[in-house]
Amino acid sequence: MSTPVTVADPNAAPKISPLIQLREFWYYFSVNRGAVIGLVVFILLVLTALFANWIAPHSPIQQYRDALLVPPVWLEGGRADFLLGTDAVGRDILSRLIHGARYSLLIGAVVVVLALSAGIVVGLIAGYARGWVDIVLMRIMDLILAFPSLLLALVMVAILGPGLFNMMIAIALVLQPHFVRLTRSAVLGELGKDYVTSARVAGAGHFRLMFKTILPNCLAPLIVQATLSFSTAILDAAALGFLGLGAQPPTPEWGTMLAEARQFILRAWWVVTFPGLAILITVLAINLVGDGLRDALDPKLKRS
Amino acid sequence: MIRFLLNRLILIVPTFIGITILAFAFVRVLPGDPVLLMAGERGVTPERHAMLMEQFGYDRPIWVQYWDYLMGIFQGNFGISVSTKRPVIRDFLTLFPATVELSACAIIFAVVLGIPAGVIAAVKRGSWYDQTLMGTALVGYSMPIFWLGLLLIIFFSGYLGWTPVSGRIDLLYFFPAVTGFMTIDALLSGQDGAFVSALRHLILPTITLGTIPLAVIARQTRSAMLEVLGDDYVRTARAKGLAPRQVIGQHALRNALIPVVTTIGLQVGVMMAGAILTETIFSWPGIGKWMVDAIGRRDYPVVQAGLLLIALIVMAVNLIVDVLYGLINPRIRHN
Repeated sequence: MSTPVTVADPNAAPKISPLIQLREFWYYFSVNRGAVIGLVVFILLVLTALFANWIAPHSPIQQYRDALLVPPVWLEGGRADFLLGTDAVGRDILSRLIHGARYSLLIGAVVVVLALSAGIVVGLIAGYARGWVDIVLMRIMDLILAFPSLLLALVMVAILGPGLFNMMIAIALVLQPHFVRLTRSAVLGELGKDYVTSARVAGAGHFRLMFKTILPNCLAPLIVQATLSFSTAILDAAALGFLGLGAQPPTPEWGTMLAEARQFILRAWWVVTFPGLAILITVLAINLVGDGLRDALDPKLKRS
Repeated sequence: MIRFLLNRLILIVPTFIGITILAFAFVRVLPGDPVLLMAGERGVTPERHAMLMEQFGYDRPIWVQYWDYLMGIFQGNFGISVSTKRPVIRDFLTLFPATVELSACAIIFAVVLGIPAGVIAAVKRGSWYDQTLMGTALVGYSMPIFWLGLLLIIFFSGYLGWTPVSGRIDLLYFFPAVTGFMTIDALLSGQDGAFVSALRHLILPTITLGTIPLAVIARQTRSAMLEVLGDDYVRTARAKGLAPRQVIGQHALRNALIPVVTTIGLQVGVMMAGAILTETIFSWPGIGKWMVDAIGRRDYPVVQAGLLLIALIVMAVNLIVDVLYGLINPRIRHN
């Protein structure tokens, strides 16, 4: 058991060092068993993605013409060199899944970075500027939120043209209003506080006030939202891939794999089961971490 | 109350205009010439091209085109489908009941299972029940539903042979679409077994579409219940000796349900997105599949109108939920 390293005596430690903050955070995070499991799974997934070339037993696009729809190794007719079986053109499913982790994590990361950075900038401007700038920006965000997100992303990709990159742009755009709203409301909450006023009196410029003074104090809800958006992005990307609008074959993206496997569902269950299971495990792990982060970062729930 | 209603109605005007601008812009930002796009690979002669440009009004200023588009919407004119050559609104109205029927079943499924699950988890907080229920809810919440649908087909249709794979009813039944709701029409037709067949076709799509709302409602009910269970009036009800069943059912749940109603309303947007995937998997002839097919066929008038109509429906439902929320919760109304 680790001891709680909260600031027992605020006078003794007027400045909380980042290390202590981190340890305090870890204390609250690690109380949540699910969150720790999610984190471990997530780290394993990242490692899988990074070292996919070394881990995967086969190439993800190599077609073994003598091994079409081979069942997993533990079933009758399974072969030891294809642990999870092969698909309709004889590609090793396990290798494709391992390489697919790259795409899903990359999609999630890129979408979150795009949505988060755009959302922070727009939200800061809206909250800081107020007035008509605020009204116009927030109306636009409301407008994006008025559409079911997957539908809007779907139509955008249909117009931009199917593909990995366009899909990431579309998903980032539909996720970004959440970040704008969070940033804006956090900014509005912080703006009236004394430390902001004192920074302003001390002569801080608009940029400094926005990014260096206010932003660091709004980070907690943004981190939680970023985690949740990460999993949403992976799910939506897989859904678009499944509808044929995301990554294009032969890319081993999990949703695209499911789309290709659809016609074989009643003949070869494994081609459908494993890619979906990979999506579920990844999304679940990230959501577990997200729940843990929310509990650890939400000061209302802290009872120290 | 009337002021509250008017207030909400005025608030949706900018959203409405925004939605129409966006739907209008979507098709106009398409790279290339709209007439060439419609003509497809066959191409068109320059004379016919000019004629079509004039006929569709593409040669006029953009804001005039938008104004005409907006006026058309008010008269129920949402364009003509390129592939069926019928007014888009007529196709929409034929297919919409199928989506409503499926979504209604999914919402009922989600509410009927989700609220009790949330209540049990909250009442037995921290127990084995709570952990299992909330663990399951998180799995449901993380579920790629298009995969879930395929798994259900593999197991219940393929392996067990209990349920049909696709469609709304067995082909041997044929009766006129009176309401557009297959279950009701089947009952009205009086044909033996038609109603059961329609129900059997509904089971798997309902579970697929209802899973995420179910998880969301269960989680929301739990946290709303936990908040309410700590309140004074619940303690009062307990202190005056009411049975736990009464305290939870009559005092706590009734108040906890207020935020849950909003959550259920918000699920309508989620359902519309889910319907796209669910209907594609089960070949369910609703507006979700219609949209996906239209995108595949590059039938842009349908995509445009579908986007607009779905957004308007979601907006209308959110407005209704908002008003209902004001009705059951006076604190909001007077704010």
